[in-house]
Amino acid sequence: MTVEQITRSIDARGMPCPGPLMSLIGAIREGQVGDVIEVLSSDEGSKTDIPAWIAKAKHELVEVVSEAGFARFIVRKAR
Amino acid sequence: MEETNDTLSLVLFSGTDDKLAAAAVLTVGAAAMGRSVNLFLQYWALDAFRADRILKDHGVSAEAGPEGASFMRLMSETGGQQHWSTLLSQAKDIGEVGIHACALSMDMFGITKEELDPIVDDVEGVAAFMGEATGPIVFI
Repeated sequence: MTVEQITRSIDARGMPCPGPLMSLIGAIREGQVGDVIEVLSSDEGSKTDIPAWIAKAKHELVEVVSEAGFARFIVRKAR
Repeated sequence: MEETNDTLSLVLFSGTDDKLAAAAVLTVGAAAMGRSVNLFLQYWALDAFRADRILKDHGVSAEAGPEGASFMRLMSETGGQQHWSTLLSQAKDIGEVGIHACALSMDMFGITKEELDPIVDDVEGVAAFMGEATGPIVFI
């Protein structure tokens, strides 16, 4: 279980690649530094795309939680 | 986001929805990862970017066959995938993406800049495009 205070949660389940990543990018752009954004994705591509983008964009991947049929990505806007 | 100098250049030749969608996914991915992207629209791809038909059905490539074509139609109705032009708009929104119409193809098809969808930035000659194409070039 995550202890992070979620600022915003995005349910992108059912969206195909690259939809969940694009939703996350949009939320990061709109958010404030320190915000914690949760993305729920059932897209397999997200498992590689979201960590790759976070590393590139220098944000923080707090946690990835595997759930039944989807994954929960917890991301902190770092800058 | 840290920018790299690896500009991705995509030459879009085919005007079918499957190939345009594949190109749009590559564009949005490259833009997300901080690469600048240049698209050069030639022939049937250019034709698909006409303002009055960009959202119309452009069919699928020949290799899809009849079965693949009906699968693609079903996917477009139920798959939840965004239209390739929407993906390209998103790519422009998050990154440095230029969409250029090939001057020769414009002439060949008798298309004017005003007839193109506003997502197209400008009309460019092939030498100008190649001058900017310092990284890999993908032909679709």
